[in-house]
Amino acid sequence: MSTNIILCGVGGQGTILASKLIASAAMARDVAVKTAETIGMAQRGGSVFSHVRLGEDAACPLMARGSADLVLAFEPAEAVRQLPFLKPGGCVVTSTRPVVPVSAMTGGPAYDYEGIMEYLKAKVSNLVLVDSDRAAAELGSAKCLNVVLLGAAVRAGELGLSEGDILAALHERLPEKLWELNERALAWA
Amino acid sequence: MHKEFLMGNEAIALGALAAGVNVVAGYPGTPSTEVLETIARRRTQDVYVEWSINEKAAMEVAAGAAYSGARAMVTCKQVGLNVASDPLMSLEYIGVKAGMVVMVADDPGPISSQTEQDTRTFAQFSKLPCFDPSSVAEAYEMIQEAFELSERLGTPVFFRATTRVDHGYESIEVADEGEWQHNQPEGFVKDSSRWVIFPRLSVVNHAKIEARNARLSDELSSYERNFVVPGAGECKRLGIATHGINYAYVRENLDAENHPRVLRVATPFPFPERKAVEFLEGLDEVLCVEELDPVIERELTYVCGKYGLDVRIRGKLTGDVAPSGENSVESVGAAIAAFVGKEASAAPAPGDAPTLPVRPPVLCAGCPHRASFYAVKRAMAGKKTIFCGDIGCYTLGNAAPLDMVDTCLCMGAGIDIAQGVFHVEPDTTCFAFVGDSTFFASGITGTINAFYNQADLTLVVLDNSTTAMTGHQPHPGTGRTMMGEVVAKVNIEAVLRGIGLSVVETVDPLDHERAVETVRRVAAEPGVKAIIFKSPCVVLAKPQARSVVDPEKCVGCQRCVKQLGCPGLVPRDGKVVIDESLCTGCTLCEQVCPFGAISGGCRIPVELPGGERA
Ligand SMILES: Cc1ncc(C[n+]2csc(CCOP(=O)(O)OP(=O)(O)O)c2C)c(N)n1
Ligand code: SF4
Ligand code: SF4
Repeated sequence: MSTNIILCGVGGQGTILASKLIASAAMARDVAVKTAETIGMAQRGGSVFSHVRLGEDAACPLMARGSADLVLAFEPAEAVRQLPFLKPGGCVVTSTRPVVPVSAMTGGPAYDYEGIMEYLKAKVSNLVLVDSDRAAAELGSAKCLNVVLLGAAVRAGELGLSEGDILAALHERLPEKLWELNERALAWA
Repeated sequence: MHKEFLMGNEAIALGALAAGVNVVAGYPGTPSTEVLETIARRRTQDVYVEWSINEKAAMEVAAGAAYSGARAMVTCKQVGLNVASDPLMSLEYIGVKAGMVVMVADDPGPISSQTEQDTRTFAQFSKLPCFDPSSVAEAYEMIQEAFELSERLGTPVFFRATTRVDHGYESIEVADEGEWQHNQPEGFVKDSSRWVIFPRLSVVNHAKIEARNARLSDELSSYERNFVVPGAGECKRLGIATHGINYAYVRENLDAENHPRVLRVATPFPFPERKAVEFLEGLDEVLCVEELDPVIERELTYVCGKYGLDVRIRGKLTGDVAPSGENSVESVGAAIAAFVGKEASAAPAPGDAPTLPVRPPVLCAGCPHRASFYAVKRAMAGKKTIFCGDIGCYTLGNAAPLDMVDTCLCMGAGIDIAQGVFHVEPDTTCFAFVGDSTFFASGITGTINAFYNQADLTLVVLDNSTTAMTGHQPHPGTGRTMMGEVVAKVNIEAVLRGIGLSVVETVDPLDHERAVETVRRVAAEPGVKAIIFKSPCVVLAKPQARSVVDPEKCVGCQRCVKQLGCPGLVPRDGKVVIDESLCTGCTLCEQVCPFGAISGGCRIPVELPGGERA
């Protein structure tokens, strides 16, 4: 069996680092990892996603719709955009803080925050909401949203990885001066 | 050997290093860029690596190295191959001494490219062997096999991967540095009967190439990566032929007990004909699952005709697979289900989702290009103008509210297109915008053409001191090389003056009034003249301060938002606030606000000619 995870958000939010942390943690457990990332043009404020597949029987880095065990969203509208990938009964962990694009102010579709949140609540039974504004205020930094979300996903039991696994990956990937902040971010609830 | 979690492009680079590559030259382009960057990061001291000024230069540098017995690699994206095709088409006839691999990244979709061209078709056209890997792990192995084959045959070979392999990640086994091969180049051995192309030589060599490729097709039929997976269950008289990442999509969709026979083609050219005949034996129908061109489909159709096989070949040409665009696990699943006569498993219905915001890529908050476009827009308001754009981050100047890019074709085209428009419409004030990296890559020839042929236009060089769009690579104007050296910078203003332009002005685009005044003045001059807007890309330059809106002074007119569209400016409760996580304090909105409500920013200092600091 493979565990299928989608990470999504807006270019620049740190989805790639989060998917690398999951990959490192899984590799340390000797689990095969395949991932696919959005890289390039779309990064300039566009929608970005990563597919992360853990386990031997994933033939390719990308998964089919309806097969994600977990959607880890850095932004609520992006959670809705990726929802077709969620398998029935799958889990969504999402930041509640909207990122409103320039297009919403210069003639594109408006950002319907209420509609988006209601839709998530109606469609996803296993929904974990992360108040990232409060997390940023309490942690004193908005830079570790990715690790806050990973912490929430670990506690939701959907990664097949422990807090200790992610912590070890953090130590491997980040310079020591960032450890303390990220450890608090991982534990933040 | 040890395990690493690698991007496909990193695996290709490490594979090339393990194969003893000596010289690597390329020009950045998504999704190929990380190959050369990884070579630079992981190389041993004796490996030479460069970002060339464009793909043609890279191809020629690599050819010279391979003539001299060095294993060489070129990296580029698919459209880069067009630029490099002139040297490559002749190199086909001349050949090389040591292994030379042309690593081209194709981009089905396209996701970040202008075209959906297929390098497999280019391989057929140029008669050069081509490798097409299906996964990150395979890319690592196959690039080494590509070097072997190239060296043995004395010809450059293609290694083409597509975005999902280039940018996929996998945990794979790779060689330790101590296990890498080391190739000691012999040096260039003079022999004008070999290295100087003349029609006489081409006549002889063309015949040899055709004979070699016929032999190679047979040899590659025994290559272990061109293989057949036997069918199972009731689908035994059906076959699927596929390649690249599509092989992985096919595997995701195969029912273990009941599935068609599968042919995986790893070398689309020369096509492994004998293997294909073996695959077709006893089949009634074959579905070709391909991305980009129907290369395998045409080859199989030809093989059936040639050998008189009664097998129906289906795919793109028969409408069973989409003729363009990217495939996916589901689209391939649906095509296979239809082929074997099964119901496709219904994808979950999209349902009644709320309207989502659209997120087209935008210029970063504080991007100097925004200021440059806005200055030209204000200076030329009400005039009959054309704004020819080019390729780079600044193509995003086409979006509302700036709307300052009327044309964009391919790198370096803007300057020439402006000339074409001028010759037809002499009363239009013509502008051509070009980035600094694009200027060096292919803007200089167009400028000379304009100057020589008496065009009247304003060239606007957007000098942000980097190749931003593709991930901030150095170029001749930055004074840094991929070997880590600090070298003399090529000065764009001096290049323009050297061509003969007498009006060339360098100005900080974020010094708004001065920028507008400069544009008005320079555009009024006759002939070809240039403005260099100089200010660094904010992804590389540290912001000095942030701007803030004084809510007492902000009347909520939203002029800043509507004129500039900077993502840092956020309308809230009838007024505007600045998102401090995005703002770089570029001060452009401060200069645009008619009520002086915004302050606190600080422009990044820019060195202007004459020692002046803006
Ligand atoms: C022939 C070709 N090679 C490479 C590319 C990939 N590419 C797109 S934009 C760009 C350069 C952009 O740099 P610059 O002109 O300095 O503009 P910036 O992005 O910094 O604004 C490159 C290399 C391409 N589109 N075409
Ligand atoms: S100063 Fe204004 S225009 Fe510049 S980055 Fe900040 S918000 Fe955007
Ligand atoms: S990366 Fe640099 S050049 Fe590109 S949009 Fe951002 S600031 Fe502008």
